[in-house]
Amino acid sequence: MIYLELFWSFVQIGLFSIGGGYAAMPLIQYQAVDLHPWLTMTQFADIMTIAEMTPGPVAVNSATFVGIQVAGIPGAVVATVGCILPSCVIVTLLAYLYYRFRGLTIVQGVLAGLRPAVVAMIASAGISLAILSFYGQRALPESLGGINKISLVIFAAGLFILRKWKANPIYVMAGAGLAGVLLYSIF
Amino acid sequence: MKGNKDKYGKLFLSAFKLSACTFGGGFVIIPLMRKKFVEELHWIEEQEMLDLTAIAQSSPGAIAVNAAILVGYHAAGIAGAGIAVLGTVLPPLIIISVISFFYTAFRDNVIVNMAMTGMLAGVAAVIFDVVITMGKDILKKKRLLPVFVLLAAFAAVRFFNINIILIILVCGVLGAADTIYQGKKKEGAGI
Repeated sequence: MIYLELFWSFVQIGLFSIGGGYAAMPLIQYQAVDLHPWLTMTQFADIMTIAEMTPGPVAVNSATFVGIQVAGIPGAVVATVGCILPSCVIVTLLAYLYYRFRGLTIVQGVLAGLRPAVVAMIASAGISLAILSFYGQRALPESLGGINKISLVIFAAGLFILRKWKANPIYVMAGAGLAGVLLYSIF
Repeated sequence: MKGNKDKYGKLFLSAFKLSACTFGGGFVIIPLMRKKFVEELHWIEEQEMLDLTAIAQSSPGAIAVNAAILVGYHAAGIAGAGIAVLGTVLPPLIIISVISFFYTAFRDNVIVNMAMTGMLAGVAAVIFDVVITMGKDILKKKRLLPVFVLLAAFAAVRFFNINIILIILVCGVLGAADTIYQGKKKEGAGI
């Protein structure tokens, strides 16, 4: 019974979170804190922090975490499956339609219109992450002086290495983590 | 048959590795996927990757999962989509399961925090890199409309908090209208 409840809650979260992890957060809070007594508000804040600190989508991370709290490992699996099920159905259908019809002139026009918008959205997400990295908060502060210089150096070095040698992003990210441990230990 | 099995294995491993490295939100997986599937494996073309990103972004659910479904479907049909999703979901499932047993210690650990702060800067660099590459591609076409769409969409997302679905719809319609207009112009010139 609890499995069914978990499953259904996360199907809804998966279905209504459009546009990535931050859109999923309020839905998770509603389902797991407000509607069901699965998490306390503190636990919710913790899982959001951990979801950001660990790899993987926020929705999948929190599904796993909530599932374990409520019903152990099977709960984690049930919640995760629920959370990705809407994606699996809808996106597979869209994938089929895309590969079936992308040759049509009008569809090509639509896609050509979308491409610059996608680049703009990725740029905006990148700027948000850079602000979070440099200032430790989501919004740009009033005075730009309090910038985290170590993060700025790691960012600049990473970007230089990526542009200059087309390095694999995975190594750059691992190197950035290592540099963080070293630099913050020293300074 | 063996070729297919090879592809499934490669798909699963790639998805697994990429997902294990996706810190800081769904968009991070796009540059990683681009590197792997466009530049390394040549399964997907540059333009196609942008199309898939648009679909992943405007569909419900996690961007990383959606992108995995699209790439998997393209590589090996429905089975490929399933395999790619499995590869994408397993790392967070395993990592969070392990962490959930000592998560307060993990959250408050100084070294973990230092590594995460450094990694965040690295993630930002990875995204900037891909934006520069993709932005250059758009500028290279030397057409005004894509540049205008790029700037307008950026302002809409960044400064006006306009819903992403709405932006995608408007840009799609704009692109379709432009194609029809260009087609008409060509017809006119032909006569």
